[in-house]
Amino acid sequence: MSPLLAAETLGKFYGARVGCRDVSFDLWPGEVLAIVGESGSGKTTLLRCLSGHIPASSGKVRYRTRDGRMVALDEMSEAERRMLMRTDWGFVHQDARDGLRMGVSAGANVGERMMAVGERHYGRIRAAAVDWLRRVEISEDRIDDSPWSYSGGMRQRLQIARNLVTSPRLVFMDEPTGGLDVSVQARLLDLIRGLVRRLDLAAVVVTHDLAVARLLSSRMMVMQQGQVIEQGLTDQILEDPQAPYTQLLVSSVLQV
Amino acid sequence: MNVPAYNFAYLNEQTKRMIRRAILKAIAVPGYQAPFASREMPMPYGWGTGGVQVTASVLTPEDTLKVIDQGADDTTNAVSIRKFFVRTAGVATTGKTEEASVIQTRHRIPETPLTEDQILVFQVPIPEPLRFLEPRETETRTMHALEEYGVMHVKLYEDIAQYGEIATTYAYPARVAERYVFDPSPIPKFDNPKLDDCPALQLFGAGREKRIYAVPPYTSVRSLDFEDHPFEVQRWDQPCALCGTRESFLDEIVMDDRGTRMFVCSDTDFCARNRGER
Repeated sequence: MSPLLAAETLGKFYGARVGCRDVSFDLWPGEVLAIVGESGSGKTTLLRCLSGHIPASSGKVRYRTRDGRMVALDEMSEAERRMLMRTDWGFVHQDARDGLRMGVSAGANVGERMMAVGERHYGRIRAAAVDWLRRVEISEDRIDDSPWSYSGGMRQRLQIARNLVTSPRLVFMDEPTGGLDVSVQARLLDLIRGLVRRLDLAAVVVTHDLAVARLLSSRMMVMQQGQVIEQGLTDQILEDPQAPYTQLLVSSVLQV
Repeated sequence: MNVPAYNFAYLNEQTKRMIRRAILKAIAVPGYQAPFASREMPMPYGWGTGGVQVTASVLTPEDTLKVIDQGADDTTNAVSIRKFFVRTAGVATTGKTEEASVIQTRHRIPETPLTEDQILVFQVPIPEPLRFLEPRETETRTMHALEEYGVMHVKLYEDIAQYGEIATTYAYPARVAERYVFDPSPIPKFDNPKLDDCPALQLFGAGREKRIYAVPPYTSVRSLDFEDHPFEVQRWDQPCALCGTRESFLDEIVMDDRGTRMFVCSDTDFCARNRGER
């Protein structure tokens, strides 16, 4: 078996400033990797490099396509890369407004990717939209409503449905629970965890919230000042942190 | 006053050459929006400055020009543009579709079938069909280049979800030669089938947006639709109240303030001919 996604000494520099540097890891099919660290530690920069949103300054990202080849992102044509983003990958933004098409109804949001890959049957698109809204616990009678009329938690779930409708193999999530209140967070996490397990998705989740990492991920990386300072199994790192910064991070969580 | 103050058809020859080059490029790549250095014209944007520049560039002294606005030859926009070319080019004008060699139009394609000897020039306000879904020009260009037209169907989906049918009735997006999706300007979708396999050359000019595009003669133009919601044109329950045809696009005219209405052909030339008045 070979990894689904492989990062090799990945770095992003803004002039002399470091976004992230020397990041290497393999992501395996069905695995959830959490990237944690404080604000400004390079988590989001790394995620954007991995997902091809911004070009890396050094190093490579390779992805195993459905036909089994390991392809470097920067060697793909733009058409291939965009196709990959629409079909095999998903991207869940922290602010749902960045990930949704706010001007059209929820159903159109879910159906968009299907139409982008050539589905031209309204009935089938509609049926898939209904099915996915149900799976993310949005009631069917809200299908023709605008996302503007949705609450924050619903928008986030809609964003997830919209990404998963083409059965991607890899989903990138940038603070998927940021800005939601705790009870909504808990339900959303529960939903994401269920979907990831059931659909055998691989995911890279960026978060500053250790609870999110604990619940969702099997493996985690801790970042500080653009570098990975510790990585390993989630339980292992949270129970027995080695690096001083990780120890600080773990001990800063409020115990209620 | 007798000394001609303008070059033939107002624009200078260098400008016409530049516009003709854009037209040739547009014809070579059907449906592609070719950029051109649009000039200030002596009329405001929105009055057909793009169409006027295209007409000025294709016009020859031997041409016969017809100008229509909403199907009629005698509405403000049509009258002004016709007078503009009479004064600056001295060409013959006509109201009869079959006599014209160049037809500039806003909102309609004539009901009388066009021939290989004719050029139809459209005035276009917004040439980019993807604009309402994607505001970034860099992004829409990439989408055209990569044939990423999925979002066009998002709009049609939205229509069916809200209205039960595709409610877009004008500027209905279509695909030219199975490649570029284009906006056929604000013509009613009733006219979309006339674009397909048309013997005449069809040129589209957008002055403010500085784009020219074309549908060459005998080119396929397919209106976008869904398999289970196929493309359909408007139908009326009654015939034209003046000439009795059921073949044409009808305008609704309010007759009084008690709700009396009358449906008549929007193409005035076609209607007059049916009534034998010309």
